[in-house]
Amino acid sequence: MSSPSETPPVVAHHPALRHHFDTMATQKDSSLLGMWVFIAQEIMFFGGMLAAYAIYRNIYYDAFAAGSHHLDVKLGTINTAVLICSSLTMALGVHAAALGKGKATVLFLLLTIALGSVFLGIKVVEYADKFHHDLVPGPRYSAESLHGPHGEALTADTARHSELFFALYFGLTGLHALHMIIGVPIIAIMAWKAGHGRFGPAYYTPVEVTGLYWHFVDIVWIFLFPLLYLIPHHA
Amino acid sequence: MPEHAADPHAEPHDHVVPVGTYILVFLALMVGTAVTVAASYVDLGMWNTPVAMLIAVTKAGLVVSFFMHLKYSPRLYWIWLGAAVFFLAHLLLGTGADLLGHLFLNLGSPGT
Repeated sequence: MSSPSETPPVVAHHPALRHHFDTMATQKDSSLLGMWVFIAQEIMFFGGMLAAYAIYRNIYYDAFAAGSHHLDVKLGTINTAVLICSSLTMALGVHAAALGKGKATVLFLLLTIALGSVFLGIKVVEYADKFHHDLVPGPRYSAESLHGPHGEALTADTARHSELFFALYFGLTGLHALHMIIGVPIIAIMAWKAGHGRFGPAYYTPVEVTGLYWHFVDIVWIFLFPLLYLIPHHA
Repeated sequence: MPEHAADPHAEPHDHVVPVGTYILVFLALMVGTAVTVAASYVDLGMWNTPVAMLIAVTKAGLVVSFFMHLKYSPRLYWIWLGAAVFFLAHLLLGTGADLLGHLFLNLGSPGT
């Protein structure tokens, strides 16, 4: 026998709350944890290539220094600044979403997309330069435009090993750029949703999860920039 | 995990970081970038790369703590990040130690 008081009450809940979660808070914690687990996996993903870089840079230091000195430090620095700006606008976008400011959220997310696009545009200019100088690993590769610390031509061995630097340069920056190319449309979807009032202070988890991803991509570049662009000739 | 009451009406009570904090972190990241570039033009002997990596780790720490809210997040997220960093360090230090052996202890050339 059951009395009405024993029947589970039908309570109104947020439309974004899935049935397998008790509360919006646990749902949000689970979503964010999922992103952190993904980021942990991404650290290992980039880590493999970083380890390869660390080993070959130590074995063929002169070749890596020569390759690094062909990279444009000015463009690399500008791109680092652009990406840090995009991380700020992303953080402010999440902040606006948390406060329920839809228009500001859209504005900051669009700014993030614009800055991300500037970064990718500069990357295209840099890649074009490598193609122009035959510095793309493969049958056309030539180290003729590279030189040693005193402007001298590279030895045959160093010239050969410099191809390894550019293989890792394209591998690491390409993988990083791919992450940005994936991130931009995701941010665009978040901007579209924010513009259509899908988020509020009680539910903006997708914006925050997207922010975590974007900031992680920023961190990868924080390490790639000095490792690839700023190898000293001395030491 | 923070203690969430089993109240179905409960909404996430997020720690909202003030905008001023984001601006300060942003400025610190910009200064860090400038210092990294400037330091690369100074001959620090064997210390150029360690200095650049120390600045990069500091910048990454700022991004993780404030932009990614880890400072205000459940410890469970810290554990996941810590595990990844631990195994990455293991990978780099393990291969690095092997490399040192080959380069300096005449264990054979690593390049062949």
